[in-house]
Amino acid sequence: MDSDSVFGNVVRAPEDPILGVTVAYNKDTSPNKLNLGVGAYRTEEGKPLVLNVVRRAEQMLVNDLSRVKEYLPIVGLAEFNKLSAKLILGAESPAIQEKRVTTVQCLSGTGSLRVGGEFLSRHYHQLTIFIPSPTWGNHPKVFTLAGLSVKTYRYYDPATRGLDFHGLLEDLGAATEGSIVLLHACAHNPTGVDPTPDQWEQIRQLIRSKALLPFFDSAYQGFASGSLDADAQSVRMFVADGGECLIAQSYAKNMGLYGERVGALSIVCKTADVASRVESQLKLVIRPMYSNPPIHGASIVATILKDRDMYNEWTIELKAMADRIITMRQQLFDALSARGTPGDWSHIIKQIGMFTFTGLNSKQVAFMTKDYHIYMTSDGRISMAGLSSKTVPHLADAIHAAVARFG
Amino acid sequence: MAFTTAMACRLIGRKSVIGARSMSSWWRNVEPAPKDPILGVTEAFLADPSPDKVNVGVGAYRDDNGKPVVLECVREAERRIAGKLNMEYLPMGGSVKMVEETLKLAYGENSEFIKDKRIAAVQSLSGTGACRLFADFQKRFSPDSQIYIPVPTWANHHNIWRDAQVPQRTYHYYHPESRGLNFAALMDDIKNAPNGSFILLHACAHNPTGVDPSEEEWREISHLFKFQVKNHFAFFDMAYQGFASGDPERDAKSIRIFLEDGHHIGIAQSYAKNMGLYGQRVGCLSVLCENEKQAVAVKSQLQQLARPMYSNPPVHGALIVSTILGDPDLKKLWLKEVKVMADRIISMRASLRENLEKLGSPLSWKHITKQIGMFCYSGMTPEQVDRLTKEYHIYMTRNGRISMAGITTGNVGYLANAIHEVTKSA
Repeated sequence: MDSDSVFGNVVRAPEDPILGVTVAYNKDTSPNKLNLGVGAYRTEEGKPLVLNVVRRAEQMLVNDLSRVKEYLPIVGLAEFNKLSAKLILGAESPAIQEKRVTTVQCLSGTGSLRVGGEFLSRHYHQLTIFIPSPTWGNHPKVFTLAGLSVKTYRYYDPATRGLDFHGLLEDLGAATEGSIVLLHACAHNPTGVDPTPDQWEQIRQLIRSKALLPFFDSAYQGFASGSLDADAQSVRMFVADGGECLIAQSYAKNMGLYGERVGALSIVCKTADVASRVESQLKLVIRPMYSNPPIHGASIVATILKDRDMYNEWTIELKAMADRIITMRQQLFDALSARGTPGDWSHIIKQIGMFTFTGLNSKQVAFMTKDYHIYMTSDGRISMAGLSSKTVPHLADAIHAAVARFG
Repeated sequence: MAFTTAMACRLIGRKSVIGARSMSSWWRNVEPAPKDPILGVTEAFLADPSPDKVNVGVGAYRDDNGKPVVLECVREAERRIAGKLNMEYLPMGGSVKMVEETLKLAYGENSEFIKDKRIAAVQSLSGTGACRLFADFQKRFSPDSQIYIPVPTWANHHNIWRDAQVPQRTYHYYHPESRGLNFAALMDDIKNAPNGSFILLHACAHNPTGVDPSEEEWREISHLFKFQVKNHFAFFDMAYQGFASGDPERDAKSIRIFLEDGHHIGIAQSYAKNMGLYGQRVGCLSVLCENEKQAVAVKSQLQQLARPMYSNPPVHGALIVSTILGDPDLKKLWLKEVKVMADRIISMRASLRENLEKLGSPLSWKHITKQIGMFCYSGMTPEQVDRLTKEYHIYMTRNGRISMAGITTGNVGYLANAIHEVTKSA
């Protein structure tokens, strides 16, 4: 009688720090509670948003009775892959025209990073990846489980609440030749601090001179500045120099497809032959993980991207989301200025994308949660998408009180 | 801050010598990977222009016109879902509602284990994802254990446990001479496996052979686990519940036997075939634990493995499942539609066997109707299979596996004749 479980030694894992914030928020009964934890867009009314163009696309798919639910190929929906590559690299990209790019559908950004990481750990010669400090909390776990050794490079400067450019160049300059470098294509998560165009060019030169391998995480294309092309410039700059790179794309935020898990991994190679061989090896990573990717979300994306009108409609809705966030930044900055909250808060409007790294410490954060029912990650990161004109004053009050109390 | 387009153009226009420095690729040493043997069959079929061609390679259901099927209950569920709900992230463990309904199917509608909250369960990426999560979990928490895999099995099982870095061994299963189960050897292998081995079992409709243990044999296997070996872990891959006999309760018999005998098992469930949700990737991984506290711990660790793989599972397919199983009328409709699929396959088995016997085949084809589920292990050799393809444009995997779903009243005669021709002098 096997009364002893073979898993009797399993201890309960700690809550995921980011998703755990929402868990705590849900438990709170205060009417003033504010969830600035997870990075999912909210409207002015604080509601999740499904884009109109997405609803339309979904309706089209449901009404098309000729559609079936067969397995996708291992690499996913071909049309989706082509359109995704064009979206990030540009429709006229020589790399695409020369067939040097392999693109495979994956489970959102996370899945793309994991599949890319696993491929690297099997086929690349330098198994160290440098990730920025700080970065999205899941990055180290993804790459470690993929079989890579994770190191960090300096990125955020708490003193300026901006980029530690000198530190970044030093650390990447000291990296072993061939090392992999994770780069946030735009709207760095969690800091919202991005390099300037000039800085990107210097980073590119350094990376190429040391033969480091860039791996882009593009989770916010279009969502950061409101322009799909502008938000892709860092990636396109690297591809334009003819070198190789990996790119993980996510449609979670910019198309609001969060739970559908839609994303793509592109590997830009030197030749078409290499790209083809690389693709065949990517299949061997994917097949024992989940066989083939889910069809629904990718079908919605393909439907939208390939139709000129729907594509335009999407860019308009996307810009509206980006603009609302930029407005929230301005309002929060103005509210803190109006209250005379000590300190320089200009980083709120200088940073970009969904998140602001407020610079608040964990004591201040804990205070804000306890006394003001503000939920955010303990590193001081707030999701601007969770704010509205109505709730900005409450947040400003909380920050003001926290700084006064624990300044 | 963001680029301005003008500045960006200026920078990109300048082609840097540094970028073009290394002309050779990082990937020049990457070998082309071998083609997937199963999916390669369909590719070859699609490329064949012959009007007589038959595809009995694919493991997806086809109706009597050879067309893929979307179940009515699924269409209705999708109509209800579309445009109604948001697409927020599911929790890491997936849709709670979907998982609840799915556990009822495997463990029983009124299962005490569900009531006592003893099952750690998470939504998974169909059956593959469930097996992979479990393999990763096994590696992390039973690092010294091995997995025993039947011979033969679905080829991807080997890939899954290999990528999870769990050492694998095999146990006897298929008996070529009888085209049935090699029960004695199976029992021996399990008995001789080191204590604490993990044993992969196909709950019903074994893939690729269609050969299942009888109820009595299942009882003996369970008995063996209970009294004669120490602490083996039984992991069930159940990809065809309802699809095998037409009755989901009956198809779960093997699992229920093990549960009655008190084993703490693991189960991978898939809705790919029985709900026709193939491309949606919907499934569930569950692990029965000693108590609620342990179930909570195990579930939290499964989530820790899912988070760095895909963060949280896709919502659409899960919504379809929970919409159907949560509505008594839709659930009834589903059960009816599953039975239709299973019955069609069972009738094709009977028809194929009948046709072969009528043709006066010298061989025995009893196994066609004895085997169960989507696949039939015909017993044909690779050379005979090659002849079927070359001379008759019939496509199947070279191990002689026939996908019954590809057989229709329209092509069963042609297929029987072809098989007869290549085997009559065997």
